[in-house]
Amino acid sequence: MPEALIQIRGLHKYFGRHRVLRGIDLSIETGQTLILLGPNGAGKTTLLRILATLSRPTQGEVQVAGVSTKANPEGIRQYLGMVSHAPLLYGDLSAAENLEFYARLYGLHQPEARIKHLLQQVDLYHRRKDMVRTFSRGMIQRLAIARALLHNPPILLLDEPDTGLDPQAAEMLTGLLGDIGGRERTIIMTTHHLERGLALADRVAILAGGKLVLDTPAAEIDPQGVRPLYDHFVNQERRKA
Amino acid sequence: MNRSKGLTILNTLSFIAIMVALYLALIQAPDATNIVPEIRPAQRIIYFHVPSAWVSMLAFFVTFVASILYLRYDSLRWDIWARSSAEIGIAFTAATIISGSIWAKPAWNTWWTWDPRLTTYTIVLLLYIAYFMLRGSIDEPSRQARFASVYGIFAFLSVPLTFMSIRWWNTIHPVILDPRADFGLGAGMTQIFIFTNLAFSLLFVTLLANRIQLEWGAERVAALRERLQG
Amino acid sequence: MKRYLQVVWAVLWKDMRVEWRTKDSFTSMAVFAVLALLIFNFAFELNVPDKRMVVPGVLWVAVAFAGVLGLGRAFITEKDQGSLAGLLLAPVDRSAIYLGKMLSNFLFILIVEAFILPLLTIFFNVTVIIPSLLLVLFLGTLGFAAVGTVFSALAVNTRAREVLLPVLLFPVLLPVLIAGIRATSGFLVGDTLADHANWLRLIIFFDILFLVVAFLTFDYVVEE
Repeated sequence: MPEALIQIRGLHKYFGRHRVLRGIDLSIETGQTLILLGPNGAGKTTLLRILATLSRPTQGEVQVAGVSTKANPEGIRQYLGMVSHAPLLYGDLSAAENLEFYARLYGLHQPEARIKHLLQQVDLYHRRKDMVRTFSRGMIQRLAIARALLHNPPILLLDEPDTGLDPQAAEMLTGLLGDIGGRERTIIMTTHHLERGLALADRVAILAGGKLVLDTPAAEIDPQGVRPLYDHFVNQERRKA
Repeated sequence: MNRSKGLTILNTLSFIAIMVALYLALIQAPDATNIVPEIRPAQRIIYFHVPSAWVSMLAFFVTFVASILYLRYDSLRWDIWARSSAEIGIAFTAATIISGSIWAKPAWNTWWTWDPRLTTYTIVLLLYIAYFMLRGSIDEPSRQARFASVYGIFAFLSVPLTFMSIRWWNTIHPVILDPRADFGLGAGMTQIFIFTNLAFSLLFVTLLANRIQLEWGAERVAALRERLQG
Repeated sequence: MKRYLQVVWAVLWKDMRVEWRTKDSFTSMAVFAVLALLIFNFAFELNVPDKRMVVPGVLWVAVAFAGVLGLGRAFITEKDQGSLAGLLLAPVDRSAIYLGKMLSNFLFILIVEAFILPLLTIFFNVTVIIPSLLLVLFLGTLGFAAVGTVFSALAVNTRAREVLLPVLLFPVLLPVLIAGIRATSGFLVGDTLADHANWLRLIIFFDILFLVVAFLTFDYVVEE
């Protein structure tokens, strides 16, 4: 298909008079890993939530594989996996039960093997019967990634998956994300951590003040070079706030 | 501006209509002859009580329709309609309950009866107070509008069921008071009664138009302020 | 359709599982209901000639107040641990999430009722376990859960939260309470179902009407 996998056209999102997104155009090809950078309140989370059909655009359109999120949100959700700030897990269910529950939501047939494989991959198989309540932040985040991958979605939306993790856990996460990527899987990830983001990305976009201010292949970016630009936008937003 | 000229005409017309209604109801209308003489003056409250009741239901119906339209079209216009009309509805519901209570005192020697209509209106008042409490506890305007629309639909649909249930409840008890018989309209009263209802309806349209105009003004001011600050 | 029911069942199963483990909702609802029975007992003991005159009111008010406690928690726990988005990401029409949540609320309240009905019989010495009474209680609870689940999802996204839920819910629910109390008092003195068919029809109409409205509006309550 000539169309990009994800096509965003003229996207605006207002919360009342507060304009969070002010005209986003973006197309993302299959297999790309796009890192969305930007200060707090730039609209990164809102953009991901709109892609995930959790939030409705005020104006503009989002298409996934040529299908509008307005026309068939249920169908699109099947292709999405999401990791957000909140883990989307139940503290009073065990790791395995959480995955079993989500397997049912996604209508997986005989998910036991898949669940076992994923738990092993995120190194939680030995804790599968423990309540998620007892897990550390890093373990919860790993389980959240397993949850997002459960139905093997071609598109993965990661909203600051590294927030609140200690450096070691964050490193493990980076490794994990490197493994699950690949040519088939499209990843859109937001982060505060510029260098970590650049290490994973093959494309980088900076969102500031509800607009895309930079969108470029990661190979063309020199981490030292982009730092001042990034800081500039972050500080600009801080001054405003 | 054309719109404000239209408002002026509407304001003038409803002022005249209400003045005429006052004259007709208080002076022109004949005394009700089918009730005891002591409460004949009080009977004239029917010319305010019933139109208030009618207008409050009309107002909540407008809120109901505007709520559906808001959910359908996601447009600020319908939210403004819904909340403006609900405010007016609350005012007229309160007027209905108070005037009913004032009538109850001379007619039945009590300030309050659990008459189905009076009780239903009290519930309706609570419903729409809850509607505004819901609005008041949500800061984000579009969520506020969406949630209020959902509640506005539930609230309005429950009103006839509430009325029916209270009425059935009372039919099992002996019916001591039948306000309809007491309110019976004699010769020369029906036309005045209809006129006052029309006058109140016009008053409702006028209030709604003014309220909507005011809300748009407030929206514009807020948008300007946003631009100056941003 | 099979997928849809699978999601409904998954949500119900999940809520039951969590509740079985924590017993948070059930404990608070049951304790509250027992307290209500005790308080009503003291309020009415001295001046009521026949306990059957107060039992219907006691039953429905205890159920309503205990139920609203449980309903309040239905979305607060989802919201606070941030799992609500997880439910909304399910590739199915969102009414399936509503239906699952509604059924779990319905079941919780039924369980609390099963707990307080025998207590009511003991405390007030009135036999309340009568098939027709159970039917009206069942139908009334369905309407309660149907409306309460939507309003719980509304209330959780407001500043007032739990405080707002009863204020929103009870005025809308009033027809069910009136019909329920009236039919219950009839059944307690030996009336048949046919004697109170109009009340049952009113409750069934309420149930159907608000289930349909809830199906149509739930999406607007959870989506931003």
